[in-house]
Amino acid sequence: MSTREKVLWYVAGLAIVIYALFPVGWIVSLSLKSSSDIANGQFLPTDVSWENYSQILVGDAAGLFLPALRNSFGIVLIATFISCILAMFCAYAIARLDFRGKKLILSSALAVAIFPVISIVTPLFNLWRQIGLYDTWPGLIIPYLSLTLPISIWTLSAFFREIPWEMEQAAQVDGATTWQAFRKVIVPLAAPGVFTTAIIAFFIAWNDFAYGISLTSTGAARPVPAALGLFSGASQFESPNGPIAAAAVIVTIPVVVLVLLFQRRIVAGLTNGAVKG
Amino acid sequence: MSTTTVRTEETAAPAPGPKKGRMSDRSKAEQKLGWMLAGPAFVVMLLVTAYPILQAVYYSLFDYRLTDPAKRSFVGLNNYLVILTDEIWWTSFGVTAFITIVTVAVELVLGFALALVMVKALKAIRPILRAAILIPYAVITVVSAFAWQYAFSLDSGFVNSWFDWIPGVTAETDWFGGTFSSLFVICLAEIWKTTPFISLLLLAGLAQVPEVLQEAAKVDGASWWQRMSKVTIPNMKAAIMVALLFRTLDAFRVFDSVFVMTAGANSTETLSFLAYRQTISRVEIGLGSAVSVMLFISVVLICVLFIKGFKVDLSAQRGEK
Repeated sequence: MSTREKVLWYVAGLAIVIYALFPVGWIVSLSLKSSSDIANGQFLPTDVSWENYSQILVGDAAGLFLPALRNSFGIVLIATFISCILAMFCAYAIARLDFRGKKLILSSALAVAIFPVISIVTPLFNLWRQIGLYDTWPGLIIPYLSLTLPISIWTLSAFFREIPWEMEQAAQVDGATTWQAFRKVIVPLAAPGVFTTAIIAFFIAWNDFAYGISLTSTGAARPVPAALGLFSGASQFESPNGPIAAAAVIVTIPVVVLVLLFQRRIVAGLTNGAVKG
Repeated sequence: MSTTTVRTEETAAPAPGPKKGRMSDRSKAEQKLGWMLAGPAFVVMLLVTAYPILQAVYYSLFDYRLTDPAKRSFVGLNNYLVILTDEIWWTSFGVTAFITIVTVAVELVLGFALALVMVKALKAIRPILRAAILIPYAVITVVSAFAWQYAFSLDSGFVNSWFDWIPGVTAETDWFGGTFSSLFVICLAEIWKTTPFISLLLLAGLAQVPEVLQEAAKVDGASWWQRMSKVTIPNMKAAIMVALLFRTLDAFRVFDSVFVMTAGANSTETLSFLAYRQTISRVEIGLGSAVSVMLFISVVLICVLFIKGFKVDLSAQRGEK
């Protein structure tokens, strides 16, 4: 490759990096602007101020933000855990056993994935109010399964199909018991796939807005995205841009850290699930 | 890849299934075990989607407002008639279709360009590119919507002062004051957030194009454009179709960005937002349910059109028989 071509690829690469990071940089920059600086019409703050962060972490808005953050973490982690367990059994059966209805399960997972969330929200809103799940943790965990289960099943069965199941037998021939063979051979091979699936499911549930905003009414269960969405309308007289930006940065940190740590696996999981599923 | 790799005499049932005892019942036992393992996930999926949608169909036949439950009455298909003759539905439909077509078209081109750069880029910068491109995917939609809204808004944005050299843009340009300028910003936010997904799928598709074909075409003296249109794209048609289908369905359900940026003001209401507003804000359960059902039917229709029209064979994509 000639030097000129090299430079060209570096430039193209740089353009992609700027494209991907620009809005993130902007919201970080906005979160560091003091209230007098917000309207300065510039990208960068004239002076770095932590005012917005202190407002949402210890100040006026902390009562709104901190419970929401706790809800988000709790609800999303539980939903991810449940869907991973269910999807693990399901994907194992799909990859390993021969039974009728395999195709049915995979296609219903696809059908569930294309479901418009809002179409489910309407009846759930009603039902949850009748049976007392409205504005509770389980009231969000259950619908979140409709988001996380389909993709978990698809991604995991793609992973499980690539496990060389013969190795289990080889271990048995060498004298391992069935359980030993499964635990020492299959589990280590399957673990990365399960882990990747958990991360992807976590992203999807963390990203939810429609359920969060429709099925909660107080800080008892309202997750961060919904709290942010409503926070903007809290007061007509002052625009809470700074604190919202700070809160936005805080909810972005966990996912960005996950992405940077596990990027290779996430890409493999996403593309396997969708293209090879 | 075959789905059932091992089924030999020694390890017929990998886990102790409900034993009927006789070996001839093995396949029966396997059926049973399969459903025991896969069943719970299947049941949960049905419960959280099929049940609610059936209930929505049921409620859509009633005139039912939550603030006045006593007045609940059966009206048959009247709600649907109300919706389909109402301008609001058609405006929302138009807005949704507009956002879908614009974003998907731009994303396909942009995503393909990104994928090509990633495939060709030097080994040294590839991991950086992959990490960078995943960030928009990871940033939650609401945050992305806020970022774009604040960038364009009059009281906190920098866009007007950066781009005032463009005719029509001044320090006072109110992007959220009109339908098209609002939709423009909504589309930008959607495109930024979801292009990475499409480009990762296309990247996987690119990787499946046989290198030999490329080489052969090169030897035969095909230009870059000829190789692209005659070799690369036809060979990744399936990946392109899947990416298009997923994104179209996704874009058609757009909700978060609209909620955050305009809350439906200036005729920017999408179908999802309309359903939300009818049910959750106005507690018109009957009418809202009917909108939800219509939205669901639209999504199914898009899916059918894609699969029939473009002959997307999802099972072939999955490498099944």
